[in-house]
Amino acid sequence: MIHSLFLINHSGDIFLEKHWKSVISRSVCDYFFEVKEKAVDPENVPPVLQTPHHYLISIYRGKLFFLSVVQTEVPPLFVIEFLHRVADTFQDYFGECSEGVIKDNLVTVYELLEEMLDNGFPLATESNVLKEMIRPPNILRSVVNTLTGGSNVGDTLPTGQLSNVPWRRAGVKYTNNEAYFDVVEEIDAILDKSGTTVFAEIQGVVEACVRLTGMPDLTLSFMNPRLLDDMSFHPCVRFKRWESERVLSFIPPDGNFTLMTYHVSSQNLVAIPVYVKQNINFFETGSCGRLDITIGPKQNMGKTVEGLMVTIHMPKVVLSANLTATQGNYTYDLTTKVLVWDIGKLNPQKLPNLRGSLSMQAGAPKPEENPSLNIDLKIQQLAISGLKVSRLDMYGEKYKPFKGVKYLTKAGKFQRLSLSFL
Amino acid sequence: MSTGALYNDQGGAEAAVEAGQESTPTSSGSGAAFGLFSADFKKNEDLKEMLESSKESLKLEAMKRIVGLIAKGKNASELFPAVVKNVASKNIELKKLVYVYLVRYAEEQQDLALLSISTFQRALKDPNQFIRASALRVLSSIRVPIIVPIMMLAIKEAAADLSPYVRKTSAHAIQKLFSLDADQKEQLIEVIEKLLKDKSTLVAGSVVMAFEEVCPDRIDLIHKNYRKLCNLLVDVEEWGQVVIISMLTRYARTQFTSPWKEGAMFDENNEKAFYESDSEEKKGHTEEKPYIMDPDHRLLLRNTKPLLQSRNTAVVMSVAQLYWHLAPKHEVSIVTKSLVRLLRSHREVQYIVLQNIATMSIQRKGMFEPFMKSFYVRSTDATHIKTLKLEILTNLANEANISTILREFQTYVKSQDKAFAAATIQAIGRCATNISEVTDTCLNGLVLLLSNRDETVVAESVVVIKKLLQTQPTQHSEIIKHMAKLFDNITVPMARASILWLIGEYCERVPKIAPDVLRKMAKSFTAEEDIVKLQTVNLAAKLYLTNSKQTKLLTQYILNLGKYDQNYDIRDRTRFIRQLIVPSEKSGALNKYARRILLAPKPAPVLESSFKDRDRFQLGTLSHSLNSKATGYQELSDWPAVAPDQSVRNVEIIEAVKEWTPTVGKTKQPKSDDKFYSDDEDEKEEEGSDSSGSEDSSSSSSEESGSDSEEESSESEKTSSDSGKSSSGSEQSSSESELEQKKKKKTKKVPQKKSKPTAADSESDENGNGPVAQESSSSAESSSGSETDSEDDSDSDSPAPQKKTETKTKPKVAVKSKKEVSLLDLDDFSPAPTNTPQSSIFSPSLLSDLEGLSLSGVSSTMQVTTSSFGPVKTYELLHHMTGKGLAAKYHFPRQPCLYQPSMVAVQVILSNSSDHSLEEIHIGDRSPASLSIHCFNTIERLEPEASVTVSMGIDFSDSTQAANFQLCTKEDQFSVSIQPAVGELLMPSSMTEQDFCKEQGKLQGMNETSATITMETANASSQAISKQVLSVANVGVVSSSQNNFSRFAGRTVSSGALVLVSLELKESSTALLTINTEKTVMASMLLRDIKQALTQA
Repeated sequence: MIHSLFLINHSGDIFLEKHWKSVISRSVCDYFFEVKEKAVDPENVPPVLQTPHHYLISIYRGKLFFLSVVQTEVPPLFVIEFLHRVADTFQDYFGECSEGVIKDNLVTVYELLEEMLDNGFPLATESNVLKEMIRPPNILRSVVNTLTGGSNVGDTLPTGQLSNVPWRRAGVKYTNNEAYFDVVEEIDAILDKSGTTVFAEIQGVVEACVRLTGMPDLTLSFMNPRLLDDMSFHPCVRFKRWESERVLSFIPPDGNFTLMTYHVSSQNLVAIPVYVKQNINFFETGSCGRLDITIGPKQNMGKTVEGLMVTIHMPKVVLSANLTATQGNYTYDLTTKVLVWDIGKLNPQKLPNLRGSLSMQAGAPKPEENPSLNIDLKIQQLAISGLKVSRLDMYGEKYKPFKGVKYLTKAGKFQRLSLSFL
Repeated sequence: MSTGALYNDQGGAEAAVEAGQESTPTSSGSGAAFGLFSADFKKNEDLKEMLESSKESLKLEAMKRIVGLIAKGKNASELFPAVVKNVASKNIELKKLVYVYLVRYAEEQQDLALLSISTFQRALKDPNQFIRASALRVLSSIRVPIIVPIMMLAIKEAAADLSPYVRKTSAHAIQKLFSLDADQKEQLIEVIEKLLKDKSTLVAGSVVMAFEEVCPDRIDLIHKNYRKLCNLLVDVEEWGQVVIISMLTRYARTQFTSPWKEGAMFDENNEKAFYESDSEEKKGHTEEKPYIMDPDHRLLLRNTKPLLQSRNTAVVMSVAQLYWHLAPKHEVSIVTKSLVRLLRSHREVQYIVLQNIATMSIQRKGMFEPFMKSFYVRSTDATHIKTLKLEILTNLANEANISTILREFQTYVKSQDKAFAAATIQAIGRCATNISEVTDTCLNGLVLLLSNRDETVVAESVVVIKKLLQTQPTQHSEIIKHMAKLFDNITVPMARASILWLIGEYCERVPKIAPDVLRKMAKSFTAEEDIVKLQTVNLAAKLYLTNSKQTKLLTQYILNLGKYDQNYDIRDRTRFIRQLIVPSEKSGALNKYARRILLAPKPAPVLESSFKDRDRFQLGTLSHSLNSKATGYQELSDWPAVAPDQSVRNVEIIEAVKEWTPTVGKTKQPKSDDKFYSDDEDEKEEEGSDSSGSEDSSSSSSEESGSDSEEESSESEKTSSDSGKSSSGSEQSSSESELEQKKKKKTKKVPQKKSKPTAADSESDENGNGPVAQESSSSAESSSGSETDSEDDSDSDSPAPQKKTETKTKPKVAVKSKKEVSLLDLDDFSPAPTNTPQSSIFSPSLLSDLEGLSLSGVSSTMQVTTSSFGPVKTYELLHHMTGKGLAAKYHFPRQPCLYQPSMVAVQVILSNSSDHSLEEIHIGDRSPASLSIHCFNTIERLEPEASVTVSMGIDFSDSTQAANFQLCTKEDQFSVSIQPAVGELLMPSSMTEQDFCKEQGKLQGMNETSATITMETANASSQAISKQVLSVANVGVVSSSQNNFSRFAGRTVSSGALVLVSLELKESSTALLTINTEKTVMASMLLRDIKQALTQA
């Protein structure tokens, strides 16, 4: 299946290669570089490429390309999903997935890759299992290791792979037993020029952080599970139970994991927490334009909107912006032509406003399209869909765990379109 | 060189760390210049020194650096001799790093690599399964052809290993060996065949992968394992699921008939003539017999559906493609939501999913139309994502939604991403041709775009307009005029060429403008691109034919220019045109037809999706993604017209029965004249319906009362009752009862359930109807009742025909006649009733009767592994004083538990010694809460003096810890506990002497417990030994060729670990008792028990 993996940085250097079968020369990447040259943006490189003898499947994560080489037919998603799982594992181990961090932990990375695939077929991809075999680095351990000559390879062999719950390691012990769940929802919305909703939906995810001793069996139930339209589960969730009773019953992995993701259908009216009044004009003469944006609260269920931020991709002809903001501050990046207005907390008494003039390249024609606005925001302690966790029960262990649920609403792909054509 | 610099950093850091510990040669060396080749060489010398030092930490440091070199793709092969020495190191990390190195360079240094082989061979025998597995992993990864035979041997051995993890590794090794030496194929297929039968979820994915790589065409290997794979699927790890699903898709297409015949009405586009003809042909003779889906086909669909909720996008996609290729048309749409969900995932995932949706949406618009808005393009999408979304939107367009889509397209046209804008214009063109209502609107919109400032947009519009005009050859002179006006401003060659072609084609409609355009072209001819030149020549020729008066000179001028053009295509074309249109003596008959040739009406180009023909590839494959056949792509075959034999998937029941007594298959055997059986069967049917009713009540009651963690069983009960309705091929699936998998056991449960409760119920009914005086007799009957089952089994493979007929012909006398037999046998085997409690005075004799049966079976055929019986001990569960009249006793019937293979069967005799009837006897709370018990059905009413025998299953998880639970009546609750003797946690296992010795060889060292014992002289005969051992432990006798050896084999019920007991007789009635098992705790307990039994007599 997966024959080789190359990690390539932004500037096109191969800084790691790993082969699970016989060695493939790194010159195979030249085909990839050729395509990458042509694509202006690294995002535009097609994930699947064909070369005379090999197929190249790549992902782009954290300014890195994970390029895998396959020789025979294989479901491309299989490879892509796996590569993302590799990137996730690096993130999990080292806190981030970047070139520097991978280079610093080259040996650990190599050991991880060795365990994750055997002959190109995934072997151990569960974080709990991997962590038993190869311990994640931390400062304390590296100091201890240098003093005692210890290593970061686990000396006990993992049991997780053999048990019925391969995602959980055995013999977990904590002095403080706690289980936290974050319900995070993102609103995806496209609004047209007049502010009416073209498209809106809510994507939610339940992130869990479970530190419980032993083999706890948890049951999480919702007040209003009917809201959920489509979901995907961590393998630990008992699907039958969900189907029949609409409760999440599972033996959790140890540590952080994503319990489920869900989708709240667009049929339900999606509350849009803010409204935006915008007025961007480019004048035919004088090569300048005006910009005036006001943001106000709409439906936010009495909670404060925080972390408000507006991003505008300006047309190429806009040279500079001379604006004043009543709240927060703005930056305009001349090279990428991105205007960012960081507002912060939304004060309903005094609506934030940004206005001023834009200067354009002299002689250039007026841009035909007004730029669209991307809005970013956060609302703490609120799941905008109204989803609520009703209770969490634990079976199989005797102690009383500390439980907590947090809600957060974020703007996902929130776009304010400007339709001025026709 | 950046990598060099990086190394420097790292080396520096390492050196600093080392400096704190000791001064090393490297700390000075690492400061030296890197980038240079000579320095590289020197550095490797350092590493060699470090590797040869005696300090572990230095070696480790060196290996880390070497692995760093490998990771960066640098050559470190000259260090091979120094590295390979460390292969036997005790330090695990060092060892692992050496393995990494070996696998990377062994191919280049084959001779030296052989030095390490013996280390692995030794490790292959290690008692620790992980060490065995990793040894096999590395051994098989070393691509050295000389060791092929060694690998082959190792794989074969590992495939029979007890640890599923090692078997999984051997499945991986199969592929490696195959790629190293394809000649081994036949032998490898044998191993694959064996591994396919494996019941472990761990192995399933890997062995199917091996199957796909080595012998994807050997579909016959799958038949017997099909149902097992379907049932295991949910519990297989996610990567294995993908592989299994795609293999099963191919399999199903060869084995089942098309479910689409009747579904044709759901098929909107009425797409394939192929299927149509197929279905029509079918209808001819299957008119009266409508399509019925093969239950196995349904099984696959049903068992894959939950996987749509997987977090793994590859799994979701593979289920989607399975439904697309296999499900009836109206069922396919259940995958839509999940596919749309995947669009929230990473960019690369979106790309693949969108490609597949694009193909699907051509054939089935309806599937994705409700989700149209999910395909709206966002400004932040990558170009290829945008293009795919556009493709899908275009596919989805119909009369109803076209206005929405066009409005959306209008914003796209203005996108700053010009490639995307151009694609949008193409899409508008396609919409215009597909939906006639909007053709005019689109055309007008496109004409408006001609005044766009962006050149690519204009050019694309021209090209699309050209195509559109061809499909609508009326009323377009205005548009052509407009385009001619724009001609001067357009510089994109393709657009210019298109306009020229349009003017030429419709020159008669624009008679004034055309010659003028030609004039302009004549002026600029030499500066034009080739494609424009060609069209200019075309235009000239057409004008010459229609309007020769005005254009003759211009044409000649252009033809002359073309004659001397640098491009041979243009020279060619010019000559050809000249001959064709200018009459001369040489130009023959063609001249006359020039007009008809050049101005023939041309068919309009078809604007269609680039995904139109992609459905020839299986969805979700690499080939589909690339739109070309990838190496190793397996064609999806068409449905067979007539389904191949379905029975090939039936699994032989006998084989399964050997280990697992319950015999559902017996009802199949035709015994029409047999009164007993026919009665029995009637009864069974009644009971079956009864028990299904009470089943429900019990499950609900367990939900009410057992509020705790009992979801497992109630869940499984539900599933089983669910599947009970739908599954029909139930009897075959019983064979899968050995599966280790605990939870989802859908169909396989059904038959067991049906049979078992009936056995128990029939007893209870008897008791209910006519109260029996002695509880013990009921116990005897109950055991005899269940024994008939097991006996019948042993019949099926052991020769005992006489008894069989006896028992069959006289149902009521059966018990009695058996007793006689048992008495005879009693003499034979001289069972000692001394150690059986008095309360069950009847049962031992009955049981020993069967003991006789099964023992004789064992000795004659060596195959049988029905339970071997020693006298059964009955234990008190609840005394009638504490139980307020309710008394309970239990014993272990030593049958495999029917509810779950991991449970130990327990029979409980409940009796009412009070003067009032007891109601609603059931099992309540249990502790530990995770304890899984299969409860008996609630007993509604127990009359005074009556007793009833019920069966339970308890999963003790191979520990002798007591199972505590509450026995409840309507009024009271009594805490009771069942503590099993260690011997009851076993089940007999059949094996030959050779197998025994082989397995014993694997369980040496830690896993062996032994003791020398002095036996009571009465026990010295091998028969007596058998009896004593069997009384203590539920194991099977292994026939022995040596007189002084007695061997017994069993497995633990819960985990299936092998337990081997062997007894070697020595002089003066001493004997060496040895127990080999992975479960060392059990071994010591068992040893104690057996020792006690043998020494006490």
